[in-house]
Amino acid sequence: MSAQFITPPQVPMPQDKSILLARLLDGLDAHALWWLSGYSAGLAANQAGLVPSVEADAVAEPSPITIIYGSQTGNAKRAAEKLLGNFESAGTPARLIRADAYPLRELKSERLLYVVISTQGDGDPPDDARGLVEHLLGKRAPQLGALRYAVLGLGDSSYPQFNAVGRLIDARLAELGAQRLFELGEADIDIESIADPWRQRAVELGSVATPSTKPRAEVVNLRAVASTPGHGRDAPFAAEVLANQRITGRGSEKDIRHIELSLEGSGLSYEPGDALGIWPRNAPQLVDDVLDLLELDGNDAITQCNETRTLRSWLETRRELTRIGRPFVASHAALAAHAGLNRLLAPEQAAALIKLLESHQLIDLLRAYPARWSAEELVAALRPLTPRLYSIASSQKRVGDEAHLTVAHVDYEAFGTRHRGAASGFLSDSTGESRVSAYVERNERFRLPADGSRDIIMIGPGTGIAPFRAFVQERAATGANGRNWLLFGNPHFDTDFLYQVEWQQALREGQLDRLDLAFSRDQVNKIYVQHRLRENSRELYDWLANGAHLYVCGDATRMARDVDDALIEVFAKHGSGDREQAAEQLEKLRQQGHYARDIY
Amino acid sequence: MSNTTASVEHIKRDSRNLRGSLLDSLEDAHTGAIRNDDTVLIKFHGSYQQDNRDLREERRRQKLEPAWSFMIRTRTPGGVVSPKQWLAMDAIATRHANSSLRITTRQAIQFHGIVKRELKATMQAINASLIDTVAACGDVNRNVLVSANPVESRAHGHVHDWAARLSEHLKPRSRAYYEIWLDEQQVAGSEPESEPLYGETYLPRKFKIAFAVPPHNDVDVFAHDLGFIAILEEGALAGFNVSVGGGMGATHGDAETYPLLGQVIGFIRPERVFRMAEAVLTTQRDFGNREVRKRARLKYTIEDRGLDWFKAEIEQRAGFVLEAARPFTFNHNGDRFGWVEGHEGLWHLNLRIEAGRVADRGESRQLTGLREIARIHRGDFRLTPNQNLIIANVAADDRAAIDELAGAHGLDVHRTARPLRLNALACVALPTCSLAMAEAERYLPDLLGKLEDLLSKHGLEEQPINLRASGCPNGCSRPYLGEIALVGKAPGRYNLMLGADSRGQRLNALYRENIDETTILGELETLFASYAAGRNAHEGFGDFLLRSGVVQPPAGIPVQVIT
Ligand code: SRM
Ligand SMILES: Cc1cc2nc3c(=O)[nH]c(=O)nc-3n(C[C@H](O)[C@H](O)[C@H](O)COP(=O)(O)OP(=O)(O)OC[C@H]3O[C@@H](n4cnc5c(N)ncnc54)[C@H](O)[C@@H]3O)c2cc1C
Ligand SMILES: Cc1cc2nc3c(=O)[nH]c(=O)nc-3n(C[C@H](O)[C@H](O)[C@H](O)COP(=O)(O)O)c2cc1C
Ligand code: SF4
Repeated sequence: MSAQFITPPQVPMPQDKSILLARLLDGLDAHALWWLSGYSAGLAANQAGLVPSVEADAVAEPSPITIIYGSQTGNAKRAAEKLLGNFESAGTPARLIRADAYPLRELKSERLLYVVISTQGDGDPPDDARGLVEHLLGKRAPQLGALRYAVLGLGDSSYPQFNAVGRLIDARLAELGAQRLFELGEADIDIESIADPWRQRAVELGSVATPSTKPRAEVVNLRAVASTPGHGRDAPFAAEVLANQRITGRGSEKDIRHIELSLEGSGLSYEPGDALGIWPRNAPQLVDDVLDLLELDGNDAITQCNETRTLRSWLETRRELTRIGRPFVASHAALAAHAGLNRLLAPEQAAALIKLLESHQLIDLLRAYPARWSAEELVAALRPLTPRLYSIASSQKRVGDEAHLTVAHVDYEAFGTRHRGAASGFLSDSTGESRVSAYVERNERFRLPADGSRDIIMIGPGTGIAPFRAFVQERAATGANGRNWLLFGNPHFDTDFLYQVEWQQALREGQLDRLDLAFSRDQVNKIYVQHRLRENSRELYDWLANGAHLYVCGDATRMARDVDDALIEVFAKHGSGDREQAAEQLEKLRQQGHYARDIY
Repeated sequence: MSNTTASVEHIKRDSRNLRGSLLDSLEDAHTGAIRNDDTVLIKFHGSYQQDNRDLREERRRQKLEPAWSFMIRTRTPGGVVSPKQWLAMDAIATRHANSSLRITTRQAIQFHGIVKRELKATMQAINASLIDTVAACGDVNRNVLVSANPVESRAHGHVHDWAARLSEHLKPRSRAYYEIWLDEQQVAGSEPESEPLYGETYLPRKFKIAFAVPPHNDVDVFAHDLGFIAILEEGALAGFNVSVGGGMGATHGDAETYPLLGQVIGFIRPERVFRMAEAVLTTQRDFGNREVRKRARLKYTIEDRGLDWFKAEIEQRAGFVLEAARPFTFNHNGDRFGWVEGHEGLWHLNLRIEAGRVADRGESRQLTGLREIARIHRGDFRLTPNQNLIIANVAADDRAAIDELAGAHGLDVHRTARPLRLNALACVALPTCSLAMAEAERYLPDLLGKLEDLLSKHGLEEQPINLRASGCPNGCSRPYLGEIALVGKAPGRYNLMLGADSRGQRLNALYRENIDETTILGELETLFASYAAGRNAHEGFGDFLLRSGVVQPPAGIPVQVIT
């Protein structure tokens, strides 16, 4: 096999390198060549800061030429369709995709890309291309060393921002290492006078074949080798925060965040069903309030079980300030010498004590029952800070080195002041600069059926939706052909339909087969998921009878119980007449691992 | 979003007379939207799917679909609404919509912000008040306009009757509306009813009729596909001059589209109104452009085939020949505010409603005020084509009570406001209008304030200057008939158009393209200065600009001067 035969027609590298390459390739056998191509693709993927490989299998191999268009009133669309037409008549295969239908993760595997896009607003992208542009400009934009491209902008020169978007994309692609095939076309109101010649060049240059992307599949093992093990609960990984986006609409009484963390370089990997452990930091403001209230100096050095740090640092990173336990109340009652509080500790007062623990954070207790604490005693008495778990809302086959979370921001008024949750508050305040101490918490009991042809039923109201986003992504990526049925609920359709557009797309693309919704407060009588279960009891029973796996995730206090009751009713109704046996049936499902819960 | 001509024609044809899959669309709980094809069909039922554009970008980030909602428009010929009906509309606005009523430039009421799950209930409530929304939108005859100021001549009453009956007569025959919204049972297995007038693809485009009663041209009769100009002889209705081929809509950067004024082609006796209307409508049905939607309005059909051909065609269809047009004069296309005496000692109070939006906003609680008035009012209400409201047919002794309520709820703007503010029009535009390129309704108060300052600077504050703002070139506020018009091009940027008369008989022309507020104010200040200095007695701003050659009458557009 000779070098020049292998070297592709246009090598995207300096000449000296390409000579070296030719020498290197010369005489290698097929196996070595496959390995090498996989290896370099692995390196490329790492540069791009995106995991690949595993994902690469999932990604349908894109056709050699892709045309993406972004259009508000249809001009760019038409211009792009004509281009496709030209390719067809030239006998060159190409695909045409509207920007918002384009799977961004395919970008880095593109070889030849044409972008036809108009400028709107005051130099803004058309609505259907906002996502694409955002992605390209964003810090997660992949390196596009292997990409060749050209851009046709549509605009109107009577606007100050003439063709702003076309220009932006043309420049940015180059910046990301892509190679410009020919210069940007800037169409004005008389579109064709620019668009026509542009398309001709596009077809001439485009018809040059592009190298196959197949070998990337080989990269898997390479990465496995590369990964460094070891990050866990006690050695968490400092994950970069890629996104912190509120996903409940205006006017919602809930503040739910979609959080995206980067696990790149951590060697951490997870399965759908796993949770991410997050080590919170207590809010500096809260720490100050406690210090002021107790008139303590945050700079005092405190040593506990031979670890020394300042009081402030203990309170911020090592102790619970938002959760208190019985032991602390006991010591506090003693210090405060408060009869009422002491009485709460009596066994018969257990219920009242629980109420207190649930409703009071440390600061509330200190305010309600003043007492003098020394720094040492305080650090000794407070509970050690514990990590919080969050069901992972993504599949690595879809998002690679990222982990997505769906976090309900605990943020409420009590005793006349604002109260927030340690971890959910910490995550909600996080920015692009933030790093979050995280580790993967496996949950073997909450797994997709190994057999992809099994149906699954997912009941996940509120943030319980999180793991099911991962499930559906995973089943889509692995091409599992079992049916997916999701039941979701929240207060209001308009503001609280978490990941609404993703579910709509999943339904369109057949990745989700059935979606039943329960929005409790959109009508006079409240409707919850358990009502939907009853309404659809027949289908539910049939699915389960057919061996469907059933999953419940979310609120443990009420939802999980109500759902269990509903399920028992369903079994009683369509199966074995009475509740007893129905309950046993459900229990049996559980033992078979067909009924799993992830509740909190 | 935008449907091509071809698809719209197919959607109509395959819709089984406007049924489509609307019932399924309403059922679908996964989205607040309806299917794309149904968004075309629902217009014929008087509703538009929209989204709150203020929230579009925010919700995209939140992974939520756009904040879909629906606008509903009434079919209220001549804009007549009884107090009982007003109270019903008010209740609907508060319960199902965004707590406002929007009086339109076609004498209708629009509700905004109705979510899909409330849509049917809202339709039923509207119909329960004996108002319907059939054909308020879509490729059919739209709500029929009639000079608003009611019974000042008895003939006016007759004109209104003709308009109301014509509107009824030109309604589609389809029962789809009644089945989908009012649960009327479809006769089992029955074929869809036939549409004798429209056929299964209805019209190529919307079709608009207006009746004017000279000397008032508040309906801008020449802006409509078909116009009837009442000819009164000794106070009695002799018949109508017929004008055809008017329309405002245009598209930026598309020379194939432009506003046109209707042309008077002759005179007919009242009893021939139906046949004349049918002849014009069916001619447009058969010859209107069904390939290019932008060119599908009657005005282009006439342009493409010639007025003589058109006249011959409709005379042949109507089965009679038009008589020679009779003389008439228009003196103004605005409203006459305050109290006007009608006959039989009844009075009419023309209120100013800025940009037609009736709502409670801080001090001015116009929604509440009109609710109070409707409770005691014994006459009726008239929505004017200038987006205002007339409390009509008030007995002399009831005036005081109404004045008091008006005063107490910020409904007495007409007492204090200067002519510019009284006559200004603005279309809805953002945030609901899907086609808006710039603000209009929400921007108007601000803009007026700034212009008022400029005017008083040059002692022109008492000049009745007719200003109209549209958020895009479609021209819903009939901007091309404004002495000053802003036509939106992009956020904060407008085309400045100048030089129309104030009688709806001369179009304005483009003066500066795509400029921002500072530039607009700068340009106008200069022109106000020279107007203040150089105008003749009683010379309108538009007329002055034409005489002084600042603007030429727009090329290719006939300048109507009929006397
Ligand atoms: C409410 C109203 C403006 C107002 O502030 O009052 C209005 C509002 C809209 N018009 Fe209009 N038009 C309104 C009177 C007009 C007029 C004035 C008139 O009819 O006297 C015109 C110009 C006359 C004409 O038709 O030529 C007008 C020409 C248009 C056009 C351009 C038609 C054309 O031939 O190019 C469109 C766009 C279209 O039809 O494709 C349009 C479309 C629209 C839509 C429905 C936007 C859309 O298609 O999605 C707007 C809804 C905005 C909203 O959120 O409510 N509207 N529209 C008027 C309702 C009238 C009614 O009750 O039926
Ligand atoms: C396996 C597992 C999976 C989980 N998955 C998710 C997930 O996907 N998404 C998610 O959001 N959470 C999830 N959780 C819950 C999460 O771990 C935290 O418990 C939650 O985020 C609260 O932690 P925090 O640090 O923000 O609040 P904390 O600081 O722990 O608690 C705040 C304090 O306020 C109290 N409190 C909380 N809310 C109120 C209120 N409204 N009124 C009065 N007092 C209140 C609490 O009792 C507590 O005392 C999961 C938990 C587990 C065990
Ligand atoms: C509201 C609006 C704003 C626009 N803003 C710009 C602009 O800032 N710069 C520009 O070059 N063109 C601008 N244009 C012109 C469009 O880019 C041009 O009409 C193009 O052909 C539209 O293509 P499309 O139909 O594919 O969206 C604007 C058009 C509209 C309707
Ligand atoms: S003129 Fe344009 S912006 Fe204004 S309402 Fe009509 S279509 Fe919307």
